[in-house]
Amino acid sequence: MTTETSNVAVENGIAAEGLTSKTLSPAQMAVKRYLQHKGAVISTVLMAIMVIIVVLAPFTTRYGINESIFEAVKGRPNSYLPPRAEAWFGTDSIGRDVYSRMIYSLRVSLIIGLFTAIFSTLVGVAVGAVAGLRGGRFDDLMMRVTDIFLAFPFLVALLIVRSFLGELEFVTVVVGDRSSIRFIILLFVIFGWMGVARLVRGSVIALKEREFIEAARALGASDFRIVTRHLLPNSIGPILVALTSTVVGAIIGEATLSFFGFGPDAGSGKTSLGLLVADAKGGVSAGYWWLVIFPCGLLCIVALCVNFIGDGLRDATDPRLERGN
Amino acid sequence: MLRFVLRRLLWAVPTILIVTFLVYVAIRLGTNPSEAYQRSNPRANEEKIRQYEEINNLFPGVSGYFKGYWGWLRNFFAGLFNGGESWPRSIKGRREVWPEMKYAMANSLRLGIAASVLGIFIGVLLGIFAALRPGSLRDSSVNTGAFVAFSIPPYVSAVLLQLLFAVMWSRWYGDPLLPTSGVYPPGQQGFDLLLMMKHMVLPVFVVAIQIIAVYARYMRASLLDVLNSDFMRTARSKGISERRVLVGHAVRNSLIPLVTIAAIDIGGIIGGLIITERVFSYPGMGDFFLTAFDNGDFPQLMPFMVIIVLAVVIFNLIADISYAWLDPRIRVG
Repeated sequence: MTTETSNVAVENGIAAEGLTSKTLSPAQMAVKRYLQHKGAVISTVLMAIMVIIVVLAPFTTRYGINESIFEAVKGRPNSYLPPRAEAWFGTDSIGRDVYSRMIYSLRVSLIIGLFTAIFSTLVGVAVGAVAGLRGGRFDDLMMRVTDIFLAFPFLVALLIVRSFLGELEFVTVVVGDRSSIRFIILLFVIFGWMGVARLVRGSVIALKEREFIEAARALGASDFRIVTRHLLPNSIGPILVALTSTVVGAIIGEATLSFFGFGPDAGSGKTSLGLLVADAKGGVSAGYWWLVIFPCGLLCIVALCVNFIGDGLRDATDPRLERGN
Repeated sequence: MLRFVLRRLLWAVPTILIVTFLVYVAIRLGTNPSEAYQRSNPRANEEKIRQYEEINNLFPGVSGYFKGYWGWLRNFFAGLFNGGESWPRSIKGRREVWPEMKYAMANSLRLGIAASVLGIFIGVLLGIFAALRPGSLRDSSVNTGAFVAFSIPPYVSAVLLQLLFAVMWSRWYGDPLLPTSGVYPPGQQGFDLLLMMKHMVLPVFVVAIQIIAVYARYMRASLLDVLNSDFMRTARSKGISERRVLVGHAVRNSLIPLVTIAAIDIGGIIGGLIITERVFSYPGMGDFFLTAFDNGDFPQLMPFMVIIVLAVVIFNLIADISYAWLDPRIRVG
């Protein structure tokens, strides 16, 4: 990235902006604003570290996903070991290393978050753009449906739709049954597109009466071209913010489902942050604090980091928004 | 205004009917009531199963959904006039649905109202506190704190609080500071306000954290918006005291958008309640729903869903109407 130019601009100070020949492009200004958001910068670094650890899972983990530790204490099963050299974050009920399992589970959670966000954004942008541009019946219907859906208690709606989807054969053939990760992603996309669609719709409605859209229309641009070339690039900010909030929503949603026993199947060698937090439930009353603190901490850190990145993106892409600091 | 309200009220009826119908279809497809009945009552003979299907209007086929919904709806309304006596009974132990739901609702309402009042009050105060000095240390700490609290899912904070106040506390000081489950300790008879409140501290706290975080952020943004508007300058130039400017003009106007948000947010609060109740084994609506859902208990699930749909639609209505009523600029014709 062009840090040199932005550094120069920072040194020259804001007063010099526009006076010197080295003005910043909007993208550079956005990067600069992003870098000023401390929380976002720290979160980006933390996320990057976590992603690297997860990608390098074969090297960073110490034991297999369902591998029990036998060496630490001779002669009896090594379950519920407090943190020690053999298991940095202790072991769980059947002696598996919590540290290694956290990395595997973060992998699954990140995949769920990422794919949910991508698909929700694709669907949401398409629906939101059409609804915003065309208006009329389709727009009304979409707003009513999303109103009701978003007002529903999340877990209730999620469980009902989940049980309903799992009975539809043409769905389960494609994405697997209720305990598969693809099914969970589909489930979250069904909920996730609405938030994105509403944001994009709002942005499109705000932009579509502006002069540059009129100019494009006068030049004979098709609706499709207006949307893809003019409207979407100008609403990239809200879309990016919606994307990050969908990532958090999916990661926490998966954790919620797993916590209540409706997540991916624990027995099939998969694990996720939610399953680890659900395991923590069993450790509370016995006082196995390491089962609780580490997975819960990781979940909170991930959620916080992505939220902060979203907040930074909001600041960066919305020049009108002036923050107190 | 009256026409607006009436039109919205008229719209609410078909909305409720359509949504309950969709929920009906989803539950029947998803939980498969007759199969669930056989699972819960493995020794039930053909006759019993047929009887169960008849009582619940579980007609087969696509037309069965319409016929079944109609039958269910009539039955439901009939039950409203005799205290739910004519509603079908639960699949496990043929218990009456309404008394149990009433008990669960009372518990949930108590928890929800306590948490909402506490959460909204503290959240609004924190929001005002932060917005009065934008950019200061206290502003950024309230903002960041709300952000962190908002990012922590309720069950995580619930589990952490249980660990700290019950398990670790009893390990360090001998006795747990606060109870972690139920409304009363097991075996408790009769009403005991103090004991009940002690059991509510942790659940209320968990639900309230989320509400505080949401409202502190909303209030801060809303108040900053008002503070930067023209009529604030006018109010100041009139020469009235700063205190009156803030309380009489700024805070009052910044509460308008919050009323709407509070009404829409009911789903979020119910959602937080459901999760929290489960973790604390609190016998409320959330526990009622999750148990019924696990068992595939159709007779219990439908009345619960009706209550939820009613709450969501009514509060949406309140949001719409309050919006138009409080802010005369937006009176949609």
